[in-house]
Amino acid sequence: MAKKKTIRTIPQERTPVQEQDPKERARNFAEVSLGYRLEEALVEAERCLQCADEPCVRGCPVGIDIPGFIQKIADKHYHGAYDIITDTNLLPSICGRVCPQESQCEGVCTVGDTLEPVAIGRLERFVGDMAIKEGWANIPYIEPSGHRVGIVGAGPAGMACAADMAKAGCEVVVYEAFHQPGGVLKYGIPDFRLPNEVIDAEIEKLRKLGIRFECNTLVGRLFTIEQMVTEMGYHAVFIGTGAGYPSFMGIPGESLNGVLSANELLTRANLMRARDFPSFDTPLQPGRRVTVIGAGNTAMDAMRVSMRLGADKVMCVYRRSKAEAPARVEEVHHAEEEGIEFNWLTSPVELLGDADNKVRAMRCIRMELGEPDSSGRRKPVPVPGSEFEIETDMVVFAIGTNANPILGQTSKLKLNKWGYIETDDDLATSIAGVYAGGDIVTGAATVIQAMGAGRKAARAMKAYLGLRDSDCVYAPDTDDPGGRRFGIPAAEHNFARVRLA
Amino acid sequence: MQPSGSSSFEIVAREDFSDVTFLLEVRHPMLAKAAKAGQFVIVMEHEQGERIPLTIADFDRDAGTITLVIQAVGKTTREMQQNCRVGTHLFAVVGPMGIPSHIGGKKKVVCVGGGLGVAPIFPQARAWKESGAYVIGVVGFRNRGLVFWDEKFRAVCDELIVCTDDGSAGIKGLVTEGIKQAIAKHADIEELVAIGPPVMMKGCAEATRPHGIRTMVSLNPVMVDGTGMCGGCRVKIGETVKFACVDGPDFDGHLVDFDDLMSRLGRYKTAEKEALERFTESCRIRGDAAAEPALAIDRPSTDG
Ligand SMILES: Cc1cc2nc3c(=O)[nH]c(=O)nc-3n(C[C@H](O)[C@H](O)[C@H](O)COP(=O)(O)OP(=O)(O)OC[C@H]3O[C@@H](n4cnc5c(N)ncnc54)[C@H](O)[C@@H]3O)c2cc1C
Ligand SMILES: Cc1cc2nc3c(=O)[nH]c(=O)nc-3n(C[C@H](O)[C@H](O)[C@H](O)COP(=O)(O)OP(=O)(O)OC[C@H]3O[C@@H](n4cnc5c(N)ncnc54)[C@H](O)[C@@H]3O)c2cc1C
Ligand code: SF4
Ligand code: FES
Repeated sequence: MAKKKTIRTIPQERTPVQEQDPKERARNFAEVSLGYRLEEALVEAERCLQCADEPCVRGCPVGIDIPGFIQKIADKHYHGAYDIITDTNLLPSICGRVCPQESQCEGVCTVGDTLEPVAIGRLERFVGDMAIKEGWANIPYIEPSGHRVGIVGAGPAGMACAADMAKAGCEVVVYEAFHQPGGVLKYGIPDFRLPNEVIDAEIEKLRKLGIRFECNTLVGRLFTIEQMVTEMGYHAVFIGTGAGYPSFMGIPGESLNGVLSANELLTRANLMRARDFPSFDTPLQPGRRVTVIGAGNTAMDAMRVSMRLGADKVMCVYRRSKAEAPARVEEVHHAEEEGIEFNWLTSPVELLGDADNKVRAMRCIRMELGEPDSSGRRKPVPVPGSEFEIETDMVVFAIGTNANPILGQTSKLKLNKWGYIETDDDLATSIAGVYAGGDIVTGAATVIQAMGAGRKAARAMKAYLGLRDSDCVYAPDTDDPGGRRFGIPAAEHNFARVRLA
Repeated sequence: MQPSGSSSFEIVAREDFSDVTFLLEVRHPMLAKAAKAGQFVIVMEHEQGERIPLTIADFDRDAGTITLVIQAVGKTTREMQQNCRVGTHLFAVVGPMGIPSHIGGKKKVVCVGGGLGVAPIFPQARAWKESGAYVIGVVGFRNRGLVFWDEKFRAVCDELIVCTDDGSAGIKGLVTEGIKQAIAKHADIEELVAIGPPVMMKGCAEATRPHGIRTMVSLNPVMVDGTGMCGGCRVKIGETVKFACVDGPDFDGHLVDFDDLMSRLGRYKTAEKEALERFTESCRIRGDAAAEPALAIDRPSTDG
């Protein structure tokens, strides 16, 4: 192996990634970032110092062996890199695209102390995309355990849990309310950031594991969670129904026509393909001067979709400053490049309508940053007398979501005071055998956190069902006999198989 | 992408009540078992279709079917009128959605249905009857030729008042006329349930307000997912904003802001009109019967 790398010997510049030209891409739905080519990935992989203390691994919510997979890339052993990633992260081509790496792994990368951090996300995507292209799936030999597991919601949390339970030999059925699986990945995040083919390819891999997807199934109403664990015969159930239920601000004029939630805009445009109206039937009255309230990923997506639907001008209104914007840094950067106008430190106070009840303007007030609030961010306070109007014919709210009420309405699940499902540390809910994770437990978070929760719940569900923990199916064989008991690696904890009722 | 699993929703019966109103019976045993009065489904006719909400007008748990009664008012519903034959399949049917109507504990109720609300009021009338209440049915049509299900209603109502605009059947006038008659005759009405176009429900709520009769209406705003995720179906109930698909669709008619509902129902009008025109045009080119201009109604009938 090559001699030890130092910060001086590695390529100094972070390898740039090819992107569609901002002017052109602002009018199409094709993917913005083209991803690393082989040569680029190899150069970037050279930048990893292989730190012994692995800060990036601790920065990753699921603890991917980052130096491990980067070394495999450098060794040109790409399938090996894929094996390492999928040991902990089932969906590398998705997470590589949508994780907020700057506040996770890349945010703590040692190289980042001196230079730009290693582009971990781009490398992860490179490996994931290669796996899709080459058709690698890592289908282990699965011995049926005789257990049946029901999953509610086909978002990242549900998919991750389903995969682990299927690998543990369970018969897994995923119920999804929409006519397609994928959750926010499908209906929310647009194609130019995460193409549908990538999601479909990952879902196809889950099908290969034997997982069955039942779409058009509204759990709670078609059958209840209680029915699943009783008459339907599921030995364990996982709930990953997401956050849903978008918030509005309660300012005057919110019910004017032309005012909608980002979820409605994005669902119409992405999942229902209103962008291809009239070939697809779902309508969307595109705005010419669109104003989006909020500065998270959802807001960025709503703005960039509006741009692509042909708006003349798209504006962002956010009450804090750019530094506090919760979106991924790359998304804000891309939005700026695409010509979106940002009004930082601005808060809407009223929406004004015309004679046809259609929105025509937004009254705003300027803000300034005061003392830090409970979230540690400086609290925005209105500047008296600074009100002004923005002319707009479409206003989109992207200021967060509340808990979806359906399962609370239809089951005895214990909820917290905000309506999210209450769980213990193992993600067990108040109903025996029923686990929950993802946005419906934590409130709106991230794809990787939802996936991590799905896997954590799967671990607890396996323990509950008395199944061997097969987390380490892909782990290299230990030659160390001390690490095994009865021929089973110690990493596989509970291996007593108890068949419950 | 074709979702695997239960994506086969077969149409097992169809009946045409008039040139604009038709009934479909769809096989979905689980849904038939779960459905309760007041709930609805969301349907996609084909993969590129729109998701449209339709009330469950009836269900047969033994046969494993649900019944939808549809008014052909725009592109999707007219396309369904043309394509949905016995033996064909719907691409997606999901439900039952919404909180079931709260039924029971009342001795005398009035169930009012007008326009597209006639069919959906039927399971309510039946459920009230089963709960032991004295049920007065009031159903409204434009004229005698459009009347349907009167026998079915008679079987579950203690009294049935049919109203037509031109008096060609039953009494002449809107459903509000029928409500006035019922109130005049019975001083002990405890609840009125109304389903129909927003103006009609508004009229019903105004008719009962002076008498302090509890009035429940079933709201029909534009929906997308039907799971509380998009907020497109938000309605104003008194001072609060609710999502009709998960918080409703039934609300206290005396608190509903109907003007807001009506204005918001029109928000995709331009695109809807364009879709319908293209559809009619394509039918005309193919020489289909559906090329006839939409009947007298271009909107769900606003009368009762
Ligand atoms: C527009 C947008 C952009 C985002 N961008 C990013 C990003 O760049 N990076 C990032 O990390 N995170 C991002 N997020 C957040 C991330 O997508 C979510 O945190 C994550 O998807 C949550 O996963 P989940 O599995 O908990 O729920 P979801 O993805 O919401 O999936 C839940 C699924 O359950 C289904 N469901 C709900 N109720 C029922 C029921 N009763 N019966 C059956 N099925 C039901 C829903 O239809 C849905 O398909 C974004 C979110 C949005 C809205
Ligand atoms: C809870 C609920 C129950 C309903 N039950 C019935 C029923 O039993 N029978 C029936 O005939 N109709 C019912 N409707 C109305 C039906 O959904 C609309 O007539 C249908 O969506 C029209 O679609 P279209 O493409 O044919 O017409 P379009 O030309 O698209 O629209 C005509 C009008 O229908 C309304 N509409 C359009 N799209 C939607 C949508 N996605 N959701 C709701 N309303 C929409 C709008 O007011 C629009 O102006 C119900 C609506 C709701 C919300
Ligand atoms: S912190 Fe950065 S340099 Fe160190 S191992 Fe992780 S990716 Fe490589
Ligand atoms: S239809 Fe989307 S929230 Fe009700």
